Amino acid sequence: MPAPVLSLKIGGEAGQGVKSAGLMLAKFATRAGFNIYDYLEYPSLIRGGHNVMQINISADPVTGPFTNCDFLIALNQDTINKHSEELVGGAGILVDGDKNYDLTRLPSTVKVFPVPLAKLAQASGGNALVSNTVALGATLGLLGGALTTLKAILTENFGAKGADITQINLAAVQAGYDYAVTTFARQLSTALASSGTVTSTVPQMVVNGTDACALAAIAAGLQFAAIYPMSPISGILATLAEHQEEYGYMYKQPEDELAAINMAIGASFAGARALTATSGGGFCLMTEGYGLAGMTETPVVIIEGMRGGPATGLPTWSEQGDLRMVLHAHQGEFPRLVLAAGDALEAFELTMEAFNLADVYQTPVVVLLDKNICDHDQNFPIFDTSAYRADRGTLMDRVDPGYSRYKLEPTGISPRAVAGSGNFFIANSDEHDEHGYSTEDTTMRQLQMHKRMSKLQTCAHKHMRGPKLFGPKDADLTIVSWGSTKGPILEALKSFPNVKYVHLTWLSPFPAQDVISALQGSKRLLNIECNYSAQLAGLIKEHTGIAIADNLLKYTGRPFFVEELTEKIARALTESPL
Amino acid sequence: MTLPELTTPCSPTWCPGCGNLPIWAAFKNAAVAQGWDNTNTALVAGIGCHGHLVNFTKLTALEGLHGRALPVACGLKLANHALNVFVFTGDGDCFGEGGNHLLHTARRNHDLTVLMHDNGLYALTTGQTSPLSPHGFTTKSTPQGNPDEPLNPLAIAIAAGATFVARAYAGDIPTLTQLIIAAQQHRGFAFVDVLQPCTTYNKQFTHQFFQENTYQLDSAYDPTNKLAAYAKAQDFGLKNIPLGLIYRGEKPCYEAQIPQIQTTPLVRQSLVRDNLAQLFKTYT
Repeated sequence: MPAPVLSLKIGGEAGQGVKSAGLMLAKFATRAGFNIYDYLEYPSLIRGGHNVMQINISADPVTGPFTNCDFLIALNQDTINKHSEELVGGAGILVDGDKNYDLTRLPSTVKVFPVPLAKLAQASGGNALVSNTVALGATLGLLGGALTTLKAILTENFGAKGADITQINLAAVQAGYDYAVTTFARQLSTALASSGTVTSTVPQMVVNGTDACALAAIAAGLQFAAIYPMSPISGILATLAEHQEEYGYMYKQPEDELAAINMAIGASFAGARALTATSGGGFCLMTEGYGLAGMTETPVVIIEGMRGGPATGLPTWSEQGDLRMVLHAHQGEFPRLVLAAGDALEAFELTMEAFNLADVYQTPVVVLLDKNICDHDQNFPIFDTSAYRADRGTLMDRVDPGYSRYKLEPTGISPRAVAGSGNFFIANSDEHDEHGYSTEDTTMRQLQMHKRMSKLQTCAHKHMRGPKLFGPKDADLTIVSWGSTKGPILEALKSFPNVKYVHLTWLSPFPAQDVISALQGSKRLLNIECNYSAQLAGLIKEHTGIAIADNLLKYTGRPFFVEELTEKIARALTESPL
Repeated sequence: MTLPELTTPCSPTWCPGCGNLPIWAAFKNAAVAQGWDNTNTALVAGIGCHGHLVNFTKLTALEGLHGRALPVACGLKLANHALNVFVFTGDGDCFGEGGNHLLHTARRNHDLTVLMHDNGLYALTTGQTSPLSPHGFTTKSTPQGNPDEPLNPLAIAIAAGATFVARAYAGDIPTLTQLIIAAQQHRGFAFVDVLQPCTTYNKQFTHQFFQENTYQLDSAYDPTNKLAAYAKAQDFGLKNIPLGLIYRGEKPCYEAQIPQIQTTPLVRQSLVRDNLAQLFKTYT
């Protein structure tokens, strides 16, 4: 039996510290020996509106968001109203007892824990905004967590803001804890008491996809990044900007996404490992630069964090609707390498790999993320970069008097010199000959097209990887998906030992043979994606001829929740229509 | 490099009498005089007749997309600020498709030298109006006369924050050569509006027109007075087109303000990041 998952939620207005409190709770649980997956919902505004973060905690790995809630920290009335139906029988709710909230909608089985949050915050020397810290202390008291661990996290968290702020928060968390254990002495549980799992002994990071990408870029030897802010990838630029001086790279905020990708191309032309990142709307602007990088054979890594589209769409919500766009964007044909991460660890690994692929194949490499990966933390053992070596491909460090930048090679990969190296060449957006001089000669056009496109075959042979397989080989149901749906699928699979999951991370070039092997002979196939038109299923059919009849598609901006997937999988297994 | 060494196997494809020819000549003269070569210099060009220059000049170049030469040049300069970076752009390239980049590159005062080939229209697409074409100008796209007022490139460059703003006439090769050298020696964003005829499509701005209506600013003119420079930038009319350095400002260039490149260009710094443990620990 898998270990139970404790689902906590904390909700309030934007500005009430929902995310910071939730993240501290996630870190606390990880240090106490649990695994966590957190999930944040917020609207596209800075103050007001409803923010909620759920932190799912288990002794087993936990990888997806849940609908149901075991314990709700409600920092305002809105949270009570919006989430009361999600509370399971026997769930607890923590509210500010002085606020006279309307609790009539709560199911009768829910245990209410009124704590004077604002009053205790004030008594600790803080204002009402410290209520979230009081609530954290009270939650730990109620659920049997070790306060010293949380205090250490608070001290690390507020240390940079000064001793006063730290002291206020330490006093507040103690006040909340003391109040809860005294007032509710007969109702205390041990749900957050230390778990003796592996996470207690192997140090864990609590990290989301944007930070994972930024850390990967730093680890991979990033030298230049130009990123225009956009949800949900702005976290990448914030983290990169913070550490640039220490690690000797540069983050530049450009005037728009057109400038972002062109700056990255310019830096790469000089030999820098270069990155840009955006969401779908920004990628639309980058489209012309995408092809420029392909045509001039200039390495560049592009992170594309998907959100609900089209146009401004759903700025702070998730979707997997941009797969076809990045596979085909820009006029004409050039080798597009497209990878897709399923969680923050894959985001880390694929981003590191993308820098090597870009250098080796001298072409743009897109790493697809989505909002659910960008924003949501999961615990992983501290990232290990010891085996990583920056592979700069055919980059030359000498002067070759007979140098040809676009020398015809069967692999498609020519020797690469950079500006300032003493080697003359033209990185030319016009079709060009081997030196880069513009040409419209039919033979040279054909040869250069063939050379560039050959990189896809070379890459398929040398680097491409097939899908990751989870579950039994001989399964009653085979699920296919990509991106962040990986998390809830794996979480749901805890209940179905007879279901297999085929998770794709390489989308161009496409690992057709491996996908055929993984899908052939399946008793039943189910494709799951967060988009309208089953883009992955179409791609699989295009490359393998395998038509997947059953598609579970969602385009509400919300991820698949574990409960709904569990129900759909159960139905699929009984052969009833979905 | 010598002039012959700067030559490539490609012959210029510009029309006879094209203003690009003397700009090209002046640039090569400056390169020979200053020792610009493939170890210390790189070129970036946009798209338009001007962009063909990279095929005829044996200096490593990136010919990018229409309007996007400036951001490519910014990235190139930031990655290796030891390089002399020249940007060749056209009036349509720079003020149509690329107008936003001009504003922001100027305000950041990147240490770049921009030569804008200003023929007052789109020539490579066979003669349509550009953002710098005069009001009433008749082209293929404005057969009834251009209803749009032209932008003022010098005033915009000054207002946006460029610290070296000049105008030249393409046909005066010796003067243009010296101006290109001065622009390159300026530490900051140097913008040179080079007036050039398009002998095929622009019947108004001919060599004769420029020769009769331009004059060189003399030493009585003070280019460091920003307001006076802004006023001087308004002059453009019969017998009243000033040439030379219109404005020179003093402020640190972008590259001088970034701590991590004060000793070594980015591209010469190590890619090995073996000091990540402390950073990763902040996520535990």
